Amino acid sequence: MELVAEKRDEHHLDAEVGYVVRFAGDSGDGMQLTGANFTLATALSGNDLSTFPDFPAEIRAPVGATFGVSAFQIYLGSEDITTAGDAVDVLVAMNPAALATNLANMVDGGLVIVDRGAFTGKNLKKASYDANPLDDDSLHGFRVLDIDISAQVLAAVEPFGLGHKHGLRCKNMWTLGLVMWLFDRDRAAAIKNLRTKFARKPKIAEANIAALNAGHAFGETAELPSGLHVYRVPQARSEPGLYRNITGTQALAWGLLAGTELAGIDMLFASYPITPASNLLHELSNRRNFRVGTFQAEDEIAAVCTAIGASFAGSLGVTSSAGPGIALKSEGMSLAIATELPLLVVNTQRGGPSTGLPTKTEQSDLNMALFGRHGDTPIPVIAPATPPDCFGMAREAVRLAIGYMTPVMLLSDGYLANASERWRIPRVDDFERGEVAYAPPAAPEAADFNPASRDPQTLARTWARPGTPGLEHRIGGIESDYDTGDISYEPANHQKMTDLRARKIAGIAADIPPQEVDQGGGSGGLAVVGWGSTYGAIHQGVKRARLEGLEVSHIHVRYLNPLPRNLGELLAGFDAILVPEMNTGQFARLLRAEYLLDVESLGKVSGQPFKIGEILAAIRGKWAKLEAA
Amino acid sequence: MTTANLTLKDFTSDQEVRWCPGCGDYAILKTMQKLLPTLNRPKENQVFISGIGCSSRFPYYMNTYGFHTIHGRAPAVATGVKLANPELDVWVITGDGDGLSIGGNHMMHSLRRNLDLQILLFNNEIYGLTKGQYSPTSRLGTRSPSSPAGSIDPPLSPCAVALGAGGGFIARSIDTHSKHLAAVIGAGHAHKGTAFIEILQNCPIYNDGIFESVKDRETAADCRIEVEHGKPLVFGKNSEKAIRLNRDSLALEVVAADSADVLAHDETNPVIAQLLAAMAGPDFPVAIGVLHRQPKPSFDAAFASRKGESTEGNLAALLLSGNTWVVT
Repeated sequence: MELVAEKRDEHHLDAEVGYVVRFAGDSGDGMQLTGANFTLATALSGNDLSTFPDFPAEIRAPVGATFGVSAFQIYLGSEDITTAGDAVDVLVAMNPAALATNLANMVDGGLVIVDRGAFTGKNLKKASYDANPLDDDSLHGFRVLDIDISAQVLAAVEPFGLGHKHGLRCKNMWTLGLVMWLFDRDRAAAIKNLRTKFARKPKIAEANIAALNAGHAFGETAELPSGLHVYRVPQARSEPGLYRNITGTQALAWGLLAGTELAGIDMLFASYPITPASNLLHELSNRRNFRVGTFQAEDEIAAVCTAIGASFAGSLGVTSSAGPGIALKSEGMSLAIATELPLLVVNTQRGGPSTGLPTKTEQSDLNMALFGRHGDTPIPVIAPATPPDCFGMAREAVRLAIGYMTPVMLLSDGYLANASERWRIPRVDDFERGEVAYAPPAAPEAADFNPASRDPQTLARTWARPGTPGLEHRIGGIESDYDTGDISYEPANHQKMTDLRARKIAGIAADIPPQEVDQGGGSGGLAVVGWGSTYGAIHQGVKRARLEGLEVSHIHVRYLNPLPRNLGELLAGFDAILVPEMNTGQFARLLRAEYLLDVESLGKVSGQPFKIGEILAAIRGKWAKLEAA
Repeated sequence: MTTANLTLKDFTSDQEVRWCPGCGDYAILKTMQKLLPTLNRPKENQVFISGIGCSSRFPYYMNTYGFHTIHGRAPAVATGVKLANPELDVWVITGDGDGLSIGGNHMMHSLRRNLDLQILLFNNEIYGLTKGQYSPTSRLGTRSPSSPAGSIDPPLSPCAVALGAGGGFIARSIDTHSKHLAAVIGAGHAHKGTAFIEILQNCPIYNDGIFESVKDRETAADCRIEVEHGKPLVFGKNSEKAIRLNRDSLALEVVAADSADVLAHDETNPVIAQLLAAMAGPDFPVAIGVLHRQPKPSFDAAFASRKGESTEGNLAALLLSGNTWVVT
C-alpha cells in the first residue's frame, strides 16, 4: 500500500517546521487526556507549541454522535507558534463521527489515523455515512492509517484481565503511543502521569502503560504503508530560561495568587459554577499555602455580593463568571463603584446571547464590560492576549483594584482559558512586594473618621477596615456627599461625584504602559489592531503579510478602559486600520467613537478562534483596496 | 479595644433619622443602641449590613461600621464580611420585601449555611419605601396601590420559612416591646450560627395597626403567647388558656390551662417550632420569643479552617510545580 504525497499548507511558513495534530473521539474517549500527555511530551522535547481543546457542552453525549465529538488540537513546531493551527496535518479519528466532523479541516494529503474497529454499522449510521468511508474512495487525497485499534488494544491489555469494556478504555493510550512514535516523543512523562492518575488502581495504570507501549511498538515494528515516516521537528530557538506549559486559566489563577500574595492581602474568591469559567474556581480551591479562601455561592449575585462584603472587610473580593453570570453581577458591580470598594471580576467569555455556545469562544462581552451597568459607571477593563499573559494581567488587575479602590473587569474567553502555550517562568525574586494602605486606628478622642477622604493623586477612597478602632463609618449605594460621605441628594453633588468617578478611572491612563507596536512600523500602511485572545492569529497573519512585502503592523491592546494614553495618536499615524475580533465589531466601534478614525471591522462569531488564513486574507483584501484608492 | 463604659450615645450616629413619625423602626433602633453597650463586645467589631427598604436605612443611624447595600443582597454581603473577618459581629438588617421577596434565595442559603450572623427582619407586611404595595407577608385581601381589589397572593410566615431552611435560632418579637426584643436579640447574638429574628413592626403610613391586637395591652394577653423553653404554653388575661398538641391530627389546639397534656415549650424541637411559628389569629395567639434554638457547626468556623495561609516560598514553588524544562 502506498500513501498519497504529503503537501504543505500555507499556514505553515516555509522557514518553519511545524505540524498540527488533532485527536478526536467520543466525549468519553479520553481525548483531552491524550492531548494533554502529548502536549507535555512535546514541551519536554523542546518544541514550541500551542494547544486548543475543543469539547462539546454535553458531558457524556450518546456514543458515536457527531455532536458529542471531543477534540484536542496542538500545533507544534520549531519556532514562534502562537495559534493551534489553521488546518490539521495529522488527525486521529476514534470513530466515524470524529472523522465526519473533522475531515473538512484537514490539509490535502494529511494523515488520518482511524480505528477500524469503531467503524461499525451503528457508528457509521450515527455519523450519517451510508457506506464505510474506509472502504470506498471518500478518503481519496488523504493518507490513511487504517488500523483496528480496538483489536490491538484488547490484545495488549489482555494479561491484565480487564475485560472487553474496560480494556477498550485504554484505546486512547494505545493511540497516544502510536502518535508519540510518529513524532519521536519520549513516553516517560506520560507513564509517570498514568501512575499518578491511577495511583489507587495500579492494574489500570499498568494496563494503560502497556497500551501506550504497544501503540509505540506498533509504529516501530508493524508493516506500515510506505511513505509514512517519523516527523522530525527541530527544537525551537527560545530565550534561555526555565520553561513550563500553562493554560490561560492556570496562569490567571496563579496571577491572582501572586498579585494578592505580593500585595500582602487576603483574597476571597466567591463564584458560582458556569462553563467555561468554573476551572478558575477549581484551580484556586484548596490552595492552603496561599492567603485565599474560595466560596461557592448560591448564585451569581450572591457571589459578587460576597466578594464586595469581603472587600469592605479588607480582603480583596474576586468573583468570576461567563457572560450570563456577569449580567447578573451588574447591579453588584455598580454598588462597588458607588461605594468605591476594590473588586475583581473575571469574565471568561463564551458564545452568546443567553446560554448561547457555553463551551465555545467569543469576545462579545466587551460592550457589557465597558457599558453594561446602570448609571454612569466607568471601571478599568483589561484583557490578556495569550495564556501566559493571563498571569501578568491578573496581577495587574489586582494592582488596579486595590490601588484605585475600584471594580476591575478582566476579560478572558473560552479559547484563552483552555488553550495552553509554553511559558518562560518569571523569577519570583524580581517581583516587587507591596503593602495595602489601610487607614490606621484612630485615638478615641479623634474626630469621626471621614469615609469620603481620598488619595489626592489616585483619587482612591481611604480603605478603613471594620474592626479598626475609631474608624466606624457607614457606606452605601445612595449617592454620598463629596466632602463627608453622608447621604446626599444635592443636584450639584451628584454631578461632582459622577465627574469624580469618571476622572478617577480616566486617570489610570497615566499609570499603565503606553501602547506599543507588537510587529511592524509605528506609522504608515495598515495597522491590524486586536485585543484579547486573537493575538496569536493576528501575530501570524501580520507576519506572513509582511513576508509578502505588505506594509502591515500589529498593535495589540491590553487596556481597554482607560485606553493607553498614546493610542489615538498612534493609530492616527496609519493609513488604514483593521480590527479583527470575535464579535460584530465592538472594539472597532469603540475606537471610532474615541478617536473619530476610519476603522474597519473584521468580525467572526462561529465559536471558533480566528484562523491565520482568515486574518491574512483580510489583510490582503484591505491592502488591495488601499492600493486601488 | 473599646468596650469599657459604652452608652447608648456611643452607638448613635450624627445622621438625622428619616423614618416617618410613629414608625416602629425608631423603637427597634433605640433598643439596639441600648443593647449593644451591654454585650461587652468591642464597638469597632460591630458591623450592620442592610439591603434596600425602610428598615435598611438602619445602619446609617448606628455609630458602628455599616453598609447599606442593594435590594435583597444583605445576607450575601454579610457573608463576605464574616468570611473575611470572623472576629466581627455581623448584623443583617432587612425587611419582609427585602429579605423574603427579592432576597429570598440569599435568606434561605444563609440559614442553611449557618454563618455566625444575626438577621433582624422587620416585618411590617407591606412595601413602605415604594409607597405601600403588598409584600410577601401581606395578608390575603390587603388593599394596596398594586392590589386595589385586595391581594390574591397568599402570604408566607417568615419564621416558618427560616425553620424550613434549616435555621438553628428562630425567634420573634415586637418593635415596641423593648425589654422582650432586647432579650431576644441578645440571645440571638449569643447563639453561634445564624440567628433569625422576626420583628413585628408597625408601618403607620401604609399598614397601620396590622399588629394592634398583638400589641395592645387590652387584647395582647389573648392574642399572643410568650414562649419560654421548658415552660407550659399558657396565655390569656388570667392565664386560663393553653396550647396542646392533638396527637391524632398532629395540630395544635387551644385548650383550658388546666387541661391534661398542656404543651411545654421545647426550643430544641423544630417540629414544635414550625407549629408555633404558624399560629395566627383569630383562632390562635401569635407566638413570640425564641421558637427554636439548636446549636450546630457554623460555616465560618469550617471555612476558616479551610482558608489558606502564606507559607515561605509558596509562590516560587507554585510556578515550578509540575513539569518544567530548561532552555540553555
